[in-house]
Amino acid sequence: MAHDNHDDHGHEHGHDHGEMSHLDAMEVRVRALQSLLVEKGYVDPKALDLIVETYETRIGPRNGAQVVARAWSDEAFMARLREDATAAIGELGFSGRQGEHMHIVENSPDTHNMVVCTLCSCYPWPVLGLPPVWYKSAPYRSRAVSEPRAVLGEFGVELPSTTRIRVWDSTAELRYLVIPMRPAGTEGWSEEKLARLVTRDSMIGTGLALDPAGLDA
Amino acid sequence: MLFSSIAGSLILKRAERALVEASPHIPLGDEGPVFREPWEAQAFAMAVALHENGLFNWSEWAKTLGSVIAEDTKCSAGQDYYRLWLAALERIVAEKQVIGDEELHIRQHEWEEAAARTPHGMPIEL
Repeated sequence: MAHDNHDDHGHEHGHDHGEMSHLDAMEVRVRALQSLLVEKGYVDPKALDLIVETYETRIGPRNGAQVVARAWSDEAFMARLREDATAAIGELGFSGRQGEHMHIVENSPDTHNMVVCTLCSCYPWPVLGLPPVWYKSAPYRSRAVSEPRAVLGEFGVELPSTTRIRVWDSTAELRYLVIPMRPAGTEGWSEEKLARLVTRDSMIGTGLALDPAGLDA
Repeated sequence: MLFSSIAGSLILKRAERALVEASPHIPLGDEGPVFREPWEAQAFAMAVALHENGLFNWSEWAKTLGSVIAEDTKCSAGQDYYRLWLAALERIVAEKQVIGDEELHIRQHEWEEAAARTPHGMPIEL
């Protein structure tokens, strides 16, 4: 589902199909232990969130950066990504439960894409990395839809007024990967080096790819 | 709030170093511990927070985790490190009489049931 940049408040994050959630055995054990420790006052959930947030860039394989770097470098791969992103991402050896149902949206000078998510257990973290903590807040989700330009401004992303902003709902059936614009001045770069410019935020559209000048050789 | 200030992040840095030293075979990247899945980071965070709240000291943690790893006949410390880590957490809270086995099992079932009644895409809550 896409929201163009106009008022669109009649927006629901639920899903109307009958499929139910699943937690794997380890997730169940972690949730059981954590919820009991919180209830008994042994840990503060906010402190746990802050600790996890400190490590958010070190969780999961964060395959998406390699996908973006390949897309920038290989026009045929880019075409396959547009056709069937899950299969194309699978070519790089990345697959599995949370890597399914992927769909790419491409940034251009005319269009900037931003993803919001209901943050269910199906968030494609192996591709995108762990979602930032603020991503789960209801105010972020509703404001991203109602005033995306202001939200982007708060992240330090200023776009020309001629750039249209599209906001996409990531769901269990459709998980978006934003392909950010390739920065100028990166001609001839290897995929490995290009991948270093691709941040988690740039793949959910709350940031841009890094400036190559900021990358040490 | 714990860890939210610069001083807090120094506390976390120190706790991380102590925890890494007390945790044999812990998977490390260039910058410290790395996690394959989000639940692994949550399990790591629980150990940090429980220590911070004084439930155990690092040598108790090292002893418990060391025994869990030693008893693991599948030798999965390299493969499946945080499964053993979580088992060590479960053991230490049982030894400290914070959470009993039965209570833990009941709660695990409650989470399974919560997942089963939650439509895909919605947050799972008890």
